[in-house]
Amino acid sequence: MSDRSQLIETGIPFTFDAQRDAEFERLVKRYPTRESMILPALWLAQEQEGWISAEAMGYIADRIGTFASQVFEVATFYTMYNLHPMGKNHICICRTLSCYLLGKQEIVDYLKHDLGIKPGEVSEDGQFSLEEVECLGHCGTAPVVQVNGEFYENMNVDKLKELLATLK
Amino acid sequence: MQVKVLSARFDIPDAHKIEVAKENGAYSTLEKLFEMQPVDVIELVKQSGLRGRGGAGFPTGLKWSFLPKNNTKPVYLAVNSDESEPATFKDRYILVRDPHMMIEGIIICCYAIGSHDAYIYIRGEYTTQVKALQAAIDEAYAAGYLGQSIDGKDFRLDVTVHRGAGAYVCGEETALLESVEGRKGQPRSKPPFPAVEGLYGCPTIINNVQSIASLPFILTNGPDAYKAFGTEKSPGTHLFGISGLVKNPGMYELPLGLPILEVIEKVAGGLRDGRKLKGIIPGGSSTPVLTPEEAQTVTLDYESMAAHKTMFGSGGIVVLDDTVDIVKLVENLIYFYHHESCGQCTPCREGLGWMLKIVKKIVRGEGTTADIDLLRELCDNIEMKTVCVLSAACTMPVRSYLNKFRHEFEAYVKSDVSCQTAM
Ligand SMILES: Cc1cc2nc3c(=O)[nH]c(=O)nc-3n(C[C@H](O)[C@H](O)[C@H](O)COP(=O)(O)O)c2cc1C
Ligand code: SF4
Ligand code: FES
Repeated sequence: MSDRSQLIETGIPFTFDAQRDAEFERLVKRYPTRESMILPALWLAQEQEGWISAEAMGYIADRIGTFASQVFEVATFYTMYNLHPMGKNHICICRTLSCYLLGKQEIVDYLKHDLGIKPGEVSEDGQFSLEEVECLGHCGTAPVVQVNGEFYENMNVDKLKELLATLK
Repeated sequence: MQVKVLSARFDIPDAHKIEVAKENGAYSTLEKLFEMQPVDVIELVKQSGLRGRGGAGFPTGLKWSFLPKNNTKPVYLAVNSDESEPATFKDRYILVRDPHMMIEGIIICCYAIGSHDAYIYIRGEYTTQVKALQAAIDEAYAAGYLGQSIDGKDFRLDVTVHRGAGAYVCGEETALLESVEGRKGQPRSKPPFPAVEGLYGCPTIINNVQSIASLPFILTNGPDAYKAFGTEKSPGTHLFGISGLVKNPGMYELPLGLPILEVIEKVAGGLRDGRKLKGIIPGGSSTPVLTPEEAQTVTLDYESMAAHKTMFGSGGIVVLDDTVDIVKLVENLIYFYHHESCGQCTPCREGLGWMLKIVKKIVRGEGTTADIDLLRELCDNIEMKTVCVLSAACTMPVRSYLNKFRHEFEAYVKSDVSCQTAM
């Protein structure tokens, strides 16, 4: 378990944009209870804003008709929900078994050195954030890095340099 | 050694598209399906001997037959696409290369169990995969294979993708159900089993992606054709993921029952040059490790793994060579399970934390022989005292490393690193 209990208020009211609103309405018909929409709605909010604010959680709770505390509980339990703004390029490095065996540490060390941030941090200019994550399901092409959801396999420092050059 | 049963369409260009998949046989078994009685479909799956590919190897047809008779509530299917066990990377090939094989499997299963609503629980990290899957589902709706009347028959089926968000524990079937219902992924205590009381309190079948994707072949070709592969108690084929320190890691479809060492040598290219085998993790990070001596007689099937006191698991084989530091590997493993504990049972939440502290201490060179024994004792005290088996998924392999590679742990505590750090 990791401690993820921060809640950030922006002071700006949150609503879904038209596209997310339509997707919410499409999905809600698929479940016999509205509470089932908590995870999908959190995803929609995160896709829209990049992270999930206290206002977004409150909005989701109202929209579903449940307690804000229940939405908060779910948002803090699942590690992929960002509870604060991430870097423009969010880099996840697999730290688990096969990636560990095939040298993920070199990748982590290079990124720390190059970006000047540690896993869990966001760079000052907001360009990069770094995270060490558990097995990403690409163990046959380890080590693996994910940038904004896109997979990069068989990574090494040279390929990482090329990748970073395209992102900077 | 490799076969193409589940992977038959994997290498056909654009086979993820419905037109191409159909030209190559997708959905061709539905005609036959709707002429059968649901009980006969269950019987056929029982006869095929198909065992669940999510890790436990429970017979699929038998699981379906546990649904209560004379049930008046809705029945649900949850397809487990969480695939988060370290070293497991097979299901995503199905999702991306041949999603229509799985959708066809979902239709077969739902018809057999009388379900009209299926949820596919896919791990949140599978971003590109979820898009591919959703696109295939949309195609299937447009083509009339999902929706109000499947293939023109009087059978409604809706399939909904439910995205997880980074919790390994949601692969555990009841945590998965909690997550679909909109809660934290905390496993439920059983009984009641999901087949009786699952999603929304209704009878629910949970099956792995690969189990479901095996159904079209079985229905089209019959149980005997499926049983022609594999062994008597482990029939069929399996998508194996081979990773770690081999020349050609990757996903390979093989019949069950092949000698593990031969597969590593001939299919995965063997060890890297100049390296020696130290151990093999046979079925994902949760399975006890095999020594090279033990591996001599191991074949890739459920019975052989049980006979060698390990498990077939999810078919994720990890090869460890003589460069691997077992103690650090164990540290990496314990970190994973501790991080993924859902937190509701004290032995798991706190116990795995203690195990991590102790192994870290050993790695730092500050451990004693008593710490090795304490690790071992913790394994014994945590296991089977918790709501789900996540804790055992940690203690079982850790105990195997402690037993089989104790000398490596001892080398750490006997080294004088501790004196150096003390100074
Ligand atoms: C901690 C934990 C994680 C699991 N993860 C998965 C998973 O990612 N995918 C999966 O299919 N089964 C997983 N399982 C097994 C499921 O609980 C369940 O047995 C399986 O999905 C049943 O499908 P099958 O009978 O077709 O194998 C996991 C079990 C545990 C205890
Ligand atoms: S054993 Fe661990 S993961 Fe499973 S229910 Fe208990 S605390 Fe949660
Ligand atoms: S161990 Fe890194 S992707 Fe599986």
